[in-house]
Amino acid sequence: MAKIIGGITTSHIPAIGVAIDKGLEDTPYYRDLFAIYPPIREWLGEEKPDIAVLFYNDHGLEMWLDKKPTYAIGCAPEYQNADEGWGIKPIPPVTGETELSWHIVNHLIENDFDPTVCQDIKVDHGATVPMTLLWPNHTYQGIKVIPVAINCERHPMPKPSRSYAFGKAIGDAIRCWDKDQKVVLLGTGGLSHQLDGPRAGILNADFDNWCMDKLVTNPEEITQFSNVDLIERGGAQMVEIAMWLAMRGAMGDGIPEERMRNYVSPISNTGVGVQLLIPQD
Amino acid sequence: MTDYKMKPVEGTVHFDGAQSTKGFNFNKMCFSFNNEDARQAFLADPEAYMDQFKLTEDFKQALRDKDLNKLLELGGSIYYMAKLAGIFGWNMQVIGGMQSGRTTEEFQAYLDSQGRGKTTNG
Repeated sequence: MAKIIGGITTSHIPAIGVAIDKGLEDTPYYRDLFAIYPPIREWLGEEKPDIAVLFYNDHGLEMWLDKKPTYAIGCAPEYQNADEGWGIKPIPPVTGETELSWHIVNHLIENDFDPTVCQDIKVDHGATVPMTLLWPNHTYQGIKVIPVAINCERHPMPKPSRSYAFGKAIGDAIRCWDKDQKVVLLGTGGLSHQLDGPRAGILNADFDNWCMDKLVTNPEEITQFSNVDLIERGGAQMVEIAMWLAMRGAMGDGIPEERMRNYVSPISNTGVGVQLLIPQD
Repeated sequence: MTDYKMKPVEGTVHFDGAQSTKGFNFNKMCFSFNNEDARQAFLADPEAYMDQFKLTEDFKQALRDKDLNKLLELGGSIYYMAKLAGIFGWNMQVIGGMQSGRTTEEFQAYLDSQGRGKTTNG
């Protein structure tokens, strides 16, 4: 059977991708942020997952307002990315895993979740920045990726509790897939930030760290919040914690080991958290 | 009836169905800026480009004025407005300052004042 070997939360802000392109990892501004990635890459190198299920949100590359799925799952053999309008360099395509994608879709529909099924989508920086952080210099050829998109762009957005439940159902699907494959879960985005309006720039490091604590020990405390509760505490884009909750839901009910944590604020306009969680059998 | 009304948050326009309806053409234009040819076409003749997307005069004037808060109020989505950054050479700190009435340096200092010193490594 397939096995979930770990979950990684990471930011996906474009400025990080640009910093990598420009070789700024070891500058004072970025040093604390990038310090966490070599040990995580080491862990990935030792554990060698076959597949990454990557929760992200599209920011207007593929899924724009005309047809905007609340939840979407990639079922493609390959995922391209493209110019998003402000200068981040596209990276070579990532390889998909169609058999597990379809297994997840079938399992979800049987369990009353109805995602949009995508056989041909481009993925944006929400997916490519994490891939570049975890497998730098395009070294992700050995891993197959299943992108799962959550609407964080236009209200109504799914409730945090729903994204957690959605992730749980995806985790159950992975664990009942009859293939001897190792799966790593990636929850991308967040934490506190607000890009828009007179309130732009608010951050909440204390709330971010509370969320990181609860993500490990009791994620259901985070799911008590509505999206507007999250917006009040952590800014309009704090809602991106949906991807972290989906990732954590997929890990299952037991309390995982928190192997690594890093929190740096601000990077660009954002409180940036990174965690490596290991499920306990 | 289900109560789905969102609580107002000061200094924030919730980008919901009503806003998305009002802003559709403007956001569609910004979406087109994913393409380099479109960015060049806008820069070459912004008025013609805005006409092509049937922008209302309110939207046109707010964009001429680079009044980002007005654009949000009219129905702009920050995710699409961010694509203006490539055209005008802004980054998110420039945009943050423009919206919150700060210079870019003041905006950066505001960000730093809330976060720096709270780094945790482990």
